[in-house]
Amino acid sequence: MDHDHDHQEVPPDPALRVMALESLLVEKGLVDPAALDALIDTYEHKVGPRNGARVVARAWLDPEYKKRLLANGGAAISELGYASQGREHLVVLENTPERHNLVVCTLCSCYPWAVLGLPPVWYKSAPYRSRAVIDPRGVLREFGLEIPEEVEIRVWDSTSEVRYLVLPKRPDGTEDMTEDELAALVTRDAMIGAAKVTLAGGPT
Amino acid sequence: MNGVHDMGGMHGMGPITPEANEPVFHEPWEGRVYALIRATAALGKWNIDASRHSIERIPPADYLRMSYYEKWLAGLTTRLEESGLVSRAELESGRAALGSSKATPPLTADQLAAAVPERGWFERPVNEPPRFTVGQTVRAKKINPTGHTRLPRYARGAVGVVDRIHGAHVFPDSSAHFRGENPQHLYSVRFSARELWGEAAAARDSVYIDLWEDYLESA
Repeated sequence: MDHDHDHQEVPPDPALRVMALESLLVEKGLVDPAALDALIDTYEHKVGPRNGARVVARAWLDPEYKKRLLANGGAAISELGYASQGREHLVVLENTPERHNLVVCTLCSCYPWAVLGLPPVWYKSAPYRSRAVIDPRGVLREFGLEIPEEVEIRVWDSTSEVRYLVLPKRPDGTEDMTEDELAALVTRDAMIGAAKVTLAGGPT
Repeated sequence: MNGVHDMGGMHGMGPITPEANEPVFHEPWEGRVYALIRATAALGKWNIDASRHSIERIPPADYLRMSYYEKWLAGLTTRLEESGLVSRAELESGRAALGSSKATPPLTADQLAAAVPERGWFERPVNEPPRFTVGQTVRAKKINPTGHTRLPRYARGAVGVVDRIHGAHVFPDSSAHFRGENPQHLYSVRFSARELWGEAAAARDSVYIDLWEDYLESA
């Protein structure tokens, strides 16, 4: 053992353990490194909240599409190419002036990958998973959303393979916008129920 | 199992800290873990329920300390060893054992277009009609299984109303332990916040939980 390198004095960090595991699995012929690269590329560049934003914008513009989306989310997102043959158990929840929906997975981190990509760290964190069901109003306040008492909050705990996507309210002042312009306003957090869509839009 | 993963309603976990402009993966190794999870799942040696259960079995103190992808890495290591794909000696040495089999061809990049982002399909045909109907009042059973379950502790014993029926789905409690899919009707059940948390909860608020037929009884 060469003790001149100080990084060898500490236990192997996850990066080194993963590298070792990958090299073992490749040596055993169980995984193909090119397939791993392709998977990473897919979730870094192709599948993400832009998909969901496109779905939301279409639903705002096309009442018939919105009906199909609320009736069968999996089939409706496959119309836009986001789940082939509609094989995604997706339920879409519409936010209205009277009702606000919020999605959580208290038991692990279930999340609608097909339309939102991989979840943010806060969604997978113990604070969110523990509190969303018992104190949704307090959680939303931390996100800057004050939900009036007369508005009903529905929290959806994703305990099965059914996935949930929030259809946010369309903001006022967007009547003349195109689908692309509307989609640019729709944030990831709004499709979880942790934010409203505003004219300011957002990076996610 | 009554594990620390079953977090709904717990206190003391601290504030929620969203990160602006969060990258998909914070470190390259997180992406590798993610890809290894997806690629090895395609080998068909386990199922999504067994995957979840391997993570739930991480000791509680470790579970709370580890980051998400560290937990995924720990769960993957458990699954590889328990399925026999990799031996403990191989995990420790980092080298394939002599004569180690390469029984299953790996998922190749070419096959991925079809496999990703497909997540699998968990609805199954069953002969029995649903035991409960939309609008019916039901109670989540008081059960404390030591194995895998998707009935959260905070709902056990609570009374709710069936909001919709999702069709019949693979039952995680048996599937996670390779005891068969045991498909059964899956219900979205609405529980009022006050039923779950008491009078301090907002009167109009509610929690919807997906619950399999075996978790429910008439109330």
